[in-house]
Amino acid sequence: MLSIKNLQASVGDKPILKGINLDVKAGEVHAIMGPNGSGKSTLSNVLAGRENATVTGGSVTYQGKDLLALAVEERAREGIFLAFQYPVEIPGVGNVYLLKAALNAQRKHRGLPELDAMDFLALVKDKMKLMEMNESMLYRAVNEGFSGGEKKRNEILQMVVLEPSLAILDETDSGLDIDALKVVSHGVNSLRSPDRAMILVTHYQRLLDYIKPDFVHVLSDGRIQRSGGPELALELEREGYAWVGNETNEGVVAP
Amino acid sequence: MNFIPDALEGLISLEYRHGFETSIESDEIPKGLSEDTVRLISARKNEPEFLLEWRLEAYRRWLKMTPPTWASVHYPPIDYQDIIYYSAPKSQKDGPKSLDEVDPELLKTYEKLGIPLHERAILAGVAVDAVFDSVSVATTFKDKLAEVGIIFCSFSEAVQHHPELIKQYLGTVVPVQDNFYAALNSAVFSDGSFVYIPPGVRCPMELSTYFRINAKNTGQFERTLIIADRGASVSYLEGCTAPMRDENQLHAAVVELVALEDAKIKYSTVQNWYPGDKEGRGGIYNFVTKRGDCRGARSHISWTQVETGSAITWKYPSVILRGKDSVGEFYSVALTNHRQQADTGTKMIHIGKNTRSTIVSKGISAGFGQQAYRGLVRMARSATGARNHTQCDSLLLGDRCQAHTFPYIEVKNHTATVEHEASTSRIGEDQLFFCRQRGLSAEDAVSMIVNGFCKEVFKELPMEFAVEAQKLLGVSLEGSVG
Repeated sequence: MLSIKNLQASVGDKPILKGINLDVKAGEVHAIMGPNGSGKSTLSNVLAGRENATVTGGSVTYQGKDLLALAVEERAREGIFLAFQYPVEIPGVGNVYLLKAALNAQRKHRGLPELDAMDFLALVKDKMKLMEMNESMLYRAVNEGFSGGEKKRNEILQMVVLEPSLAILDETDSGLDIDALKVVSHGVNSLRSPDRAMILVTHYQRLLDYIKPDFVHVLSDGRIQRSGGPELALELEREGYAWVGNETNEGVVAP
Repeated sequence: MNFIPDALEGLISLEYRHGFETSIESDEIPKGLSEDTVRLISARKNEPEFLLEWRLEAYRRWLKMTPPTWASVHYPPIDYQDIIYYSAPKSQKDGPKSLDEVDPELLKTYEKLGIPLHERAILAGVAVDAVFDSVSVATTFKDKLAEVGIIFCSFSEAVQHHPELIKQYLGTVVPVQDNFYAALNSAVFSDGSFVYIPPGVRCPMELSTYFRINAKNTGQFERTLIIADRGASVSYLEGCTAPMRDENQLHAAVVELVALEDAKIKYSTVQNWYPGDKEGRGGIYNFVTKRGDCRGARSHISWTQVETGSAITWKYPSVILRGKDSVGEFYSVALTNHRQQADTGTKMIHIGKNTRSTIVSKGISAGFGQQAYRGLVRMARSATGARNHTQCDSLLLGDRCQAHTFPYIEVKNHTATVEHEASTSRIGEDQLFFCRQRGLSAEDAVSMIVNGFCKEVFKELPMEFAVEAQKLLGVSLEGSVG
């Protein structure tokens, strides 16, 4: 589904990604872990098309298309979803309105009829139950006055409504208490399916207790230093990121 | 990062869609302004002596006045001798008795603007007093309104049929010497609308006037007077569009509102005069004096305006809160794009006890747009327990536009409360990215964010107007769900 080859990117003049290689197949869940400043968020942003990072080399193929040639909204309509680390507030714009506009923009792109207000409300209310969210949040402005946990839930609500093919979750666990983490994980797990892939970007192993990844990659200094199964995350939890750095110095490269 | 110019290209480059000209013969008087011009206008309109005298008084005072220079707007001096002060569509000389008598060309013009008089009036329950240049050409629902004693007619008709009301109220809110443009208007006003709601009557429909400037080089000097007698209430809508033209045109209107005891007047404007082209050529100079007088206890006057047009806007719809417990409100969205300039705001003059006022101003600047909010809140010595809350937000799109805020606060009573909040923000790159990541186009995302920014004001507009206002901002309707 997604094939990243020797991806390099800079923010300003500073090289952040220095040659990322990653293959993600449908049905797989990949966790990308790494210390602060390792390039995790830049990778998420580059995949989603944010313009603050400049791609300086490599390629990304998504469902047979050159992903880097697509505009942000085209990627979204092709099924790429980014759950933000810091969801933005949009004063005055109702949550329900944003969601409906987004869903219909995507449906239109896929040649599906747009949902009318009634059908949309039925759908979204159903998904809100899954996320244990109060219906009143539909009518509040997007993320305005939401607590940290509410914002994250709102991100996952958008995800379960939009049903993306490839979901990228950027530090979704940060700022969540254990109850919220369970609800968010439940929402994410409900989307796991053989034709959908996910990339979990996280600093901590905690999230992976609730969302079991198929593969774990350790990102450090702009490169994937190690890849393995779920046991790699546990190793990281025990040893910390320091040894990844040490191994890097010793010249260990990604398998 | 240059995401903003790209993202906004669509919005900013929207063509002015109401730019066309109706070819009908006009009955004009020669260019220029003198005492004779004033007499000629008054004679053409067959006005009573008191009104001619009132006009002449205004003219003499105007001669001694100078245009205000304190506003943050820049334009070359206006040659007042190069303006035609009276222009009436010829076919309307004797006035239409019904819609059938209205020049079909005129009706077509309104249709292009999306105001099919017949249907709109009947289906939407809106009575439309269409002002075409200087003479009202069509008034609908007048009879129905007359049944409950409401007078809704052109200003000229009111002068003929209700001179006593004109004599009693004209110039009592905006005196002839109030300011340069108000004095000019008082001397040469051609027509406008008149509304009188008798005691205890709640106007059963929204009253609406569409103003339209058509003939070339015609200064438009509208005069509107609305009186809500004791316990009466009315909602009045004013919309403006003008055809494309290269010369600047002056529009100096005066609106006076009088609310007696327990009366309520809600006045809504969507102003979409021709703003000039991208380089700032052409466009309307919109120099307007609007003021309401809460004369009676517990009276209530509310201004809502959406100002998207005009090359220059100079406008401060105000409320004088004389009656105790009276309420004044001002809700404004102003958009300046390309080379547009706007200096707009309000004045809330608190005189009576426990008077309250609310000001919500939303300014949006794009392109090279220049915008200033200018507002005065005055708490007179007598305004015990009076309160004001002002909220004043500016949104910048791009990095070549400007927004300024000039709040003036004068408090002479220590029990009065004045609150002022102001903010300036830019459409955030993160907001745009977020919306686009969810699948919205950049243009839709900007529209949505701008619309959200204006929501507090749009919700004050009557439904039809809210729709028009949102369209005007290049936006699809929000809030149709749930």
